[in-house]
Amino acid sequence: MARIKIDQLSTVYPNGVRAVDSLDLEIADGEFFALLGPSGCGKTTLLRTIAGLEQASGGSVSIGDKDVTSFEPGRRNVAMVFQDYALFPHMTVSENIAYPLKVRRQPKTRQREVAERTAGSLSLGGLLERRPGQLSGGQQQRVALARAVAIDADVLLLDEPLSNLDARLRLEARTFLKRLQKDIGITTVFVTHDQAEALALADRIAVMEAGRIRQLGSPRDVFRRPSDTFVANFIGSTPMNLLDGTIENGSLSVAGATLPSPVDLPDDTKVTVGIRPEYLSLEPAGQGITGTVSTIENLGVSSLVTLECPDGSLLGLTVREQHEPAIGSTVTAVPEQGRLLLYGKEDGTVLR
Amino acid sequence: MTSLVLRRIGYTVFFAVILAFFAIPMLWLASAPFDSKPGLGLRWPDWTFGNVTATLEHPYALTSLVNSLLLCGLAMIVTTVLAACAAYALSRVRIPGRDVLLYLLLLLSSVVTGTAAMVPIFVMMYQLGLINSQYGTALVIAGGMLPAAIFILKDFVDAVPRSYEESARVFGASPGQILLHVVLPIARPGIATIVVWSFVQAWGNFLLPFLLLRDINSQPAAVLMRTLYDEGGSANLTVIPVFSLLYSIPVVVLYLFVSKRYGFRFHGGIKS
Repeated sequence: MARIKIDQLSTVYPNGVRAVDSLDLEIADGEFFALLGPSGCGKTTLLRTIAGLEQASGGSVSIGDKDVTSFEPGRRNVAMVFQDYALFPHMTVSENIAYPLKVRRQPKTRQREVAERTAGSLSLGGLLERRPGQLSGGQQQRVALARAVAIDADVLLLDEPLSNLDARLRLEARTFLKRLQKDIGITTVFVTHDQAEALALADRIAVMEAGRIRQLGSPRDVFRRPSDTFVANFIGSTPMNLLDGTIENGSLSVAGATLPSPVDLPDDTKVTVGIRPEYLSLEPAGQGITGTVSTIENLGVSSLVTLECPDGSLLGLTVREQHEPAIGSTVTAVPEQGRLLLYGKEDGTVLR
Repeated sequence: MTSLVLRRIGYTVFFAVILAFFAIPMLWLASAPFDSKPGLGLRWPDWTFGNVTATLEHPYALTSLVNSLLLCGLAMIVTTVLAACAAYALSRVRIPGRDVLLYLLLLLSSVVTGTAAMVPIFVMMYQLGLINSQYGTALVIAGGMLPAAIFILKDFVDAVPRSYEESARVFGASPGQILLHVVLPIARPGIATIVVWSFVQAWGNFLLPFLLLRDINSQPAAVLMRTLYDEGGSANLTVIPVFSLLYSIPVVVLYLFVSKRYGFRFHGGIKS
């Protein structure tokens, strides 16, 4: 068990791509940490640099109190689960789980014992003599996890561990993974492009873009208060409303409505107004944005209602089932107290 | 109706002739060794074991078969081990012009140990003092087979997913362990192919051992075959059939053994 400290880390590929760009990050001991971002943002490269599979071009990586930047992967005492699980097809489940011990030249009986114990705790008990090809996707994923936790590694690294599972299995595996991590208490870093997965699993999330961290915080922080429009766009299963607004006479003019400004700004400042569909509600009266209902999308227990505002912009909001307004009717959407965010028009960062 | 019958008869006769073309030499190989008066034609044998006894008593027959086994076993081992290491390295290490290098090697290998290069090879081996050395000859044969073996094996190694090796690396496996534990077992059908292929190539090689092994005591079976004449200068038909039979057994046995034990097939479960 150990913390990870990343200091000014850069990873540059031979073709000149700066996949990780002077990045600073500290991950606490026992933390479940998510690296989240769109594909090509450098999250996997960062993970692989922590593992030692990519050579850092600058900066350092420390695990515990040791600077491991120049260490071979095998000397860093990390365990890793790959996206394709990388289970050896010619070995049985038991041999796969015990492989790290085989490399460490532990006796056969100990290998067997550890494989049985680990498999038991991950409910793989009856499958020890099977080969990976004879297992389902969920079982393969658990074997890969078992192999990773069979040794007492300091750090567990997961590269998109759930992306090869189908949707229903993914939810199950997610719960399983979170419980396993809490039981073992191992410092875990996992990479994902699925914001829902990151929000559900992680203690803290780093949202990455172009080799840099755009926002670092708890799932709640990142969801409620995205630090810029990139993060705002990326997080949330329904996209955040981002509308053009202007400060006029100390209040906010947006989509043909006037709302109290959450931040004191000089008049005529152009801003981007961010508000999550979940934080808007339909009220008969109140200070809100008025519009005509144009479409209603059913999301199960709630519906996503899209309003067309007088100035032509579209505003999404969610309402509980059976509270949907009629299409074509004119309604007013009132933002929840303190949930309206203003972003600078130029740099897209949140204004406090 | 009749045309259909005629056509079927035509087909049957046609294939029977082709079948006979390949089957008759096999039948000769099965019957002639045990015939009291073996000839070059095929006939029902007048059973005897006299030929077998005569062959076993021949001063060089058995020695040459043992020589063959030694020579080809050695060439096979050298080829397989070196090709496996080279194929792994060439598959994983990026060097500029790698593919050109591979194709050039493949192209030149047939020239380098082919008839064209016989004189320089003979001179080189003479100066190295390796004439009449089975080890030296095995090395030359292996050298000739290596480019093709590397070429074939590299394809098999290329098919092993990178993440398998990286996974092993993270667990602390050394490059040697990765090769032994992960890459070779997965590329096993390729290795099996190279083992059989290189052995058979070396087994049938006449020219190189003929030139480099001048001493009849160290000559392999493929070379000795040509000395099996009687005093009159005609083929020694007492020894040749039995010798041919013995000569063909090891290749068949090797093929069956490798096919059964290691299998020219893939393991299930590799998702691409």
